[in-house]
Amino acid sequence: MPEQLVYAMEVFLNGLMAGVLYALVALGFVLIYKASGIFNYAQGVMALFAALTLVGIMEGQVPFAHLINAAFGTDIHHFGWHVPALLAILLTMVVMIGLAWLVNYFVFRHLVSQEPIILFMATIGLAYFLEGVGDIMWGADIKKLDVGLPQGINEAIDEFTFGVFDYGFFIDNLDIVATVIAALLVASLIIFAQYTKQGRAMRAVADDHQAALSVGISLNYIWVMVWSLAGFVALVAGIVWGTKSGVQFSLSLIALKALPVLMLGGFTSIPGAIVGGLIIGVGEKLFEFSIGPLIGGATENWFAYVLALLFLVFRPQGLFGEKIIERV
Amino acid sequence: MKLKLVTLVLGAVMAGAPAMAELVFPSLSYRTGPFAAGGTPFADGYADYFTLLNERDGGIGGEMTRVPECETAYNTEKGVECYEATKGDGALIYQPLSTGITYQLIPKVTADGIPMHTMGYGRTSAANGKIFEWVFNYPGNYWDSASIMVKHALDMEGGDLSGKNIVLLYHNSAYGKEPIRTLEELSKKHGYGLTLIPVDSPGQEQKSQWLQIRREKPDYVFFWGWGVMNQVAIQEAGNIRFPMDHFIGVWWSGSEPDVLPAGDAADGYKSTNFTGTGTDYPIFDDIQKYVVDAGKAAGDGSSLGQVQYNRGMYAAMLAAEAALKAQEMYGVTEINAAQMRDGMEALDVTAARMAELGMPGFGPEVHVSCENHGGPGQGLIQQWNATDKKWVAITDYIESDRDVIDALIVEDSAAYAKENNIEERCK
Repeated sequence: MPEQLVYAMEVFLNGLMAGVLYALVALGFVLIYKASGIFNYAQGVMALFAALTLVGIMEGQVPFAHLINAAFGTDIHHFGWHVPALLAILLTMVVMIGLAWLVNYFVFRHLVSQEPIILFMATIGLAYFLEGVGDIMWGADIKKLDVGLPQGINEAIDEFTFGVFDYGFFIDNLDIVATVIAALLVASLIIFAQYTKQGRAMRAVADDHQAALSVGISLNYIWVMVWSLAGFVALVAGIVWGTKSGVQFSLSLIALKALPVLMLGGFTSIPGAIVGGLIIGVGEKLFEFSIGPLIGGATENWFAYVLALLFLVFRPQGLFGEKIIERV
Repeated sequence: MKLKLVTLVLGAVMAGAPAMAELVFPSLSYRTGPFAAGGTPFADGYADYFTLLNERDGGIGGEMTRVPECETAYNTEKGVECYEATKGDGALIYQPLSTGITYQLIPKVTADGIPMHTMGYGRTSAANGKIFEWVFNYPGNYWDSASIMVKHALDMEGGDLSGKNIVLLYHNSAYGKEPIRTLEELSKKHGYGLTLIPVDSPGQEQKSQWLQIRREKPDYVFFWGWGVMNQVAIQEAGNIRFPMDHFIGVWWSGSEPDVLPAGDAADGYKSTNFTGTGTDYPIFDDIQKYVVDAGKAAGDGSSLGQVQYNRGMYAAMLAAEAALKAQEMYGVTEINAAQMRDGMEALDVTAARMAELGMPGFGPEVHVSCENHGGPGQGLIQQWNATDKKWVAITDYIESDRDVIDALIVEDSAAYAKENNIEERCK
């Protein structure tokens, strides 16, 4: 088999894996948009906040230590204990549920029936607020996140492909784990939405707020639930991306990777986020591999958007989005 | 009633009196945003050194120092705003800590007559004092770092790089592209092959780039990263099992936050630096006593000895020494920005002086002149020890290839002079 074709296969597989990572971020956007029509600009910052909180809990860090020390003249930074990863994840989830309640109680409860642009602007404010709170709460230093996820080359795939192609493929163990996690997450979300009472209520709210209210579904409850679910997805994305790069403020920028995925897959479809992620991941990686060297490289960021725009031209609602029908 | 009257009169008198003279060293810091992990310890080191001078020595030449901080978040627009907001406060020198801000401030500081020091960053050809009167970039610049990296590779290869392949993995920005011309010139001289691989900002996803490096198996990867790009690149290098002692970063890609997230995978990674690391210098005893223990430290004291803390301290030391030189030159203690500039241009920090300051061998000796605003162009190579979680200097200060670098500086600064109708000085 020609060498370039073998390399292209390796790039293709890595593109699929990268796509899954993008989809993990996109899922959070989809959940909130689907249920409330809000494009949540703060989703990337929520991933950062969740990861910061997780590391802080695991390391026994005192939240707001800098503030407390400045106010009371103390010198406390750590509780002196370490929390096991699983327990820390559960505690972080409790924090994210609390955050969802606060966001709904103080912000979105007051903005029901407002124009989408108002809701969008509110999420921009929320993003900057959360970034500042995260900084004050846990500090701005880069934190190592280790919840036990494996990293580095997968030996089995390397050996197997070397035997077949005389060239060992590089597949990161972390990407494989992320793929499994994403698959489980999507399956759980679909089951939740289709087969549970709360899931059906969520879909009802998504279809028509007024109608859902008229049959006794609490909008506040559903919104808190959806923001909690988005917080959970943000936590998962924060764990995977934070393991790769350390937990730091750039983590909030992963939202930029999700935008072309959403444009392509549609803002209202959970499977769309996955398929969109895969197409973007594979597309940008293959383009960088084949065309990148001819035009100076670093094509991935912009090519992802070009690809998404191309799809938009033919399907404005995205691949899996609900068809837009406006009756006059 | 009497007491109230006295208080009022005293208040009025004090308000009318001239402010007590101070030497003002504004700090354009970035303690927030995506680059805060590097900006915070630098700002702490900068502030703590001046606090030490105030607390231990009563300032510089008897004048107390003041370091007003302005948060730029490493954002060019905010950096310019900070400059405008603080320049009227008696600012003696600016260290904007960002190449983007530097480029915006070059015409401003030139017009306002306030010197700017861009240590290891900014516009490289500002090393030519004949053209850039108000800008200094001692003790080294980007091109010096590129040359030092090549010199180190030459050492590792027994003095011969012909037939070797070097990849430059760089941040796809003006900053990241800085070393390209230098490395191209040096490749002609030493016969190595050069492959350029850019990474778009912010650099959280570098799989394509590292797959390419894995396929091409270069002998060395030179690295010009910043922010999250650093942590991801070092992790990815570990993932593909690239020999870390052949992976060498510029000094902005070689501090503790860059390597710690990768854990053991970062062991052996190298970078250039122009200061020592750790706290094994006598000055740290004084910083602990007069600044940290006295509760006057800018941070919590935990970053003492880190790469960026020491770099901030070194920047402050060079500024303080220039102020002292200006005081000596003009026979006054209360100097202005123009006198500060003259002090910087006459700066002469010898090894003996650094030992006297409690910083023996902390940085290269710095001799500045009208023609040479770039100083010695020296740096060392440090290597990360993941077990001890420490950077270890593995070379002495290495001088860059002056033949190549000086020619490039003259060429670039001449083009700038032509564009801006600047006449050469120092004749």
